Amino acid sequence: MKSLKRLLDRARPAFGPKGRFHAFHSIFEGIDTFLFTPRDTAPGHLSTHIHDAMDSKRTMTIVIVALLPCLLFGMYNTGYQHWLAAGETIFPFWSLLWYGFLSILPTIVVTYAVGLGIEFFVAQYRHEEIQEGFLVTGLLIPMIIPVSTPLWMVAVATAFSVIFAKEVFGGTGYNIFNPALVARAFLFFSYPSQMSGDAVFVATNQPFGFGPAVADGFTCATPLGQIATSTSDTLSVVGIDSHAISSWDVFIGLIPGSFGETSCLCILIGAAILLFTRIASWRIILSATIGSVGTAYLIHAFANTTYPATMLNPIDQLTLGGLAFAIIFMATDPVTSCRTNTGKWIFGFLVGTIAIIIRTFNNGYPEGAMLAVLLMNAFAPLIDYCVVRANINRRQHRLKLAGSDKS
Amino acid sequence: MADKLTKRQIFFNPFSKNNPVIVQILGICSVLAVTAKLEPAIVMGASVIMVLAFSNVIISLIRATIPTNIRIIVQLVVVAALVVIVDQFLKAYAYDVSRQLSVFIGLIITNCILMGRLEAFAMSNAPWPSFLDGVGNGCGYALILVGVGSIRELLGSGTLMGHQAIPQWAYEHGYANNGLMILPPMALIVVACIIWVHRYKHKDLQEK
Repeated sequence: MKSLKRLLDRARPAFGPKGRFHAFHSIFEGIDTFLFTPRDTAPGHLSTHIHDAMDSKRTMTIVIVALLPCLLFGMYNTGYQHWLAAGETIFPFWSLLWYGFLSILPTIVVTYAVGLGIEFFVAQYRHEEIQEGFLVTGLLIPMIIPVSTPLWMVAVATAFSVIFAKEVFGGTGYNIFNPALVARAFLFFSYPSQMSGDAVFVATNQPFGFGPAVADGFTCATPLGQIATSTSDTLSVVGIDSHAISSWDVFIGLIPGSFGETSCLCILIGAAILLFTRIASWRIILSATIGSVGTAYLIHAFANTTYPATMLNPIDQLTLGGLAFAIIFMATDPVTSCRTNTGKWIFGFLVGTIAIIIRTFNNGYPEGAMLAVLLMNAFAPLIDYCVVRANINRRQHRLKLAGSDKS
Repeated sequence: MADKLTKRQIFFNPFSKNNPVIVQILGICSVLAVTAKLEPAIVMGASVIMVLAFSNVIISLIRATIPTNIRIIVQLVVVAALVVIVDQFLKAYAYDVSRQLSVFIGLIITNCILMGRLEAFAMSNAPWPSFLDGVGNGCGYALILVGVGSIRELLGSGTLMGHQAIPQWAYEHGYANNGLMILPPMALIVVACIIWVHRYKHKDLQEK
């Protein structure tokens, strides 16, 4: 660590205003401040502002740490589903994990290369520092899409979301919509055959020639996909080897689905980290859970076969699909959600409610969480505005009452 | 108008410097609606050029006799008559395209560009400059329509004017058409990108 610091300090002049590599100064700044506390913050005893070690780079790092359980589990699950699809009966732990790692690695590399490339370019062009928001976005994107999404689609979607959801609004901290979800929505509407249906959620290829071979034309729908197309009176959700998927399987996450969002257990570990470090707002998480479970109970009371998802147990509604992941990691995004505390309650509640309504009553979109969060992202500023106005009106009213007393 | 424009300026300004779509932001609705494919975009552009040029001329000819307080109604009647002619013409000679354009030919009546040009130009200028102004503005509108239409059809359907433009080997290597390009939101984003590039080239148009 010391020697790294020395190396950076020695390289600093070359990136200075007159240095040889001045053109790359923002990249240098980015790496330097990512690794060490920025050197040009005011020293504590001289300034009037209180400095905290939690700058946004440190925040992002903690979110990454919170995502790691989901990421690791996603790797294992990808391998597990692949082994199942290949008809194997023994599941060697490290091979499964290694298979999942090899499957997801190209996607992660592509997302970071494209996203950070654009961010570096824009920062350089605007003579700004590189901002760190993409660290999290770049990891979220691979986790919320099917593992076998073609790399060029990932690249196009990442470029689209970084440019149109983020940079045109002014970069990190100014975006209206969650960039990771915009990337997913872009993929979903642009290439529907790659983002839904029954052929994309289980990895069937052999990355770098590793893993057992799977027969051509193998298909297996996600539980929500199966439910959306179910026509019988009783819901039956089956896994790849045609055994029924229990609620426990869903909670642990050994089911087909998008890469990182299948396991509720790992999402809960991530949630615990985020809540313990106070990065995520407990208000949003709680109210979104209340909203989704409440709505699920309500529609479960009027269950019918026209909308098969209404027959689903309300708790399963919460654990299936991307809803839990969206509530913990997407809805709590401090930039795109509400700022006021009352607003956070409303925001979270509506995210949960709308997600369940979309996934239940529109069989074309078995995954409603993405659309719900994006929709509420658009409304977040309005909610905040109303909360603030209401507060001002209440206080003005009080002032008027006090004034009339005096006269 | 403070400084008198030459005829050349009247005709060419709407192409870029004073483009009705990307500078005045008029007629956006029809740009979103008819540009999913190139062919309807071209037909729509041509229709607007026709209607705009002739309504400008007619209004300019009778501008001295129109009572001020009913001028909007008179303008609407002229535009509506021309739109009906164009609509009937398309139904007779290009039925398939007129089916694709459906109500949007009729809705040329409500296109802001027309009312804007009639009010701002034809009401106070002689017929010949009015004709140039109409054709120029129509062309400026058609230019954007064709640009957006070709981008959307190329990326969204892989074709241009109905002919396959993306080679087959690209599909065999995993390329897929972008379904979002067919949907209206992408038309807005494409128009926004054109505005972006245009403002970048013409710094004087950038808002402070």
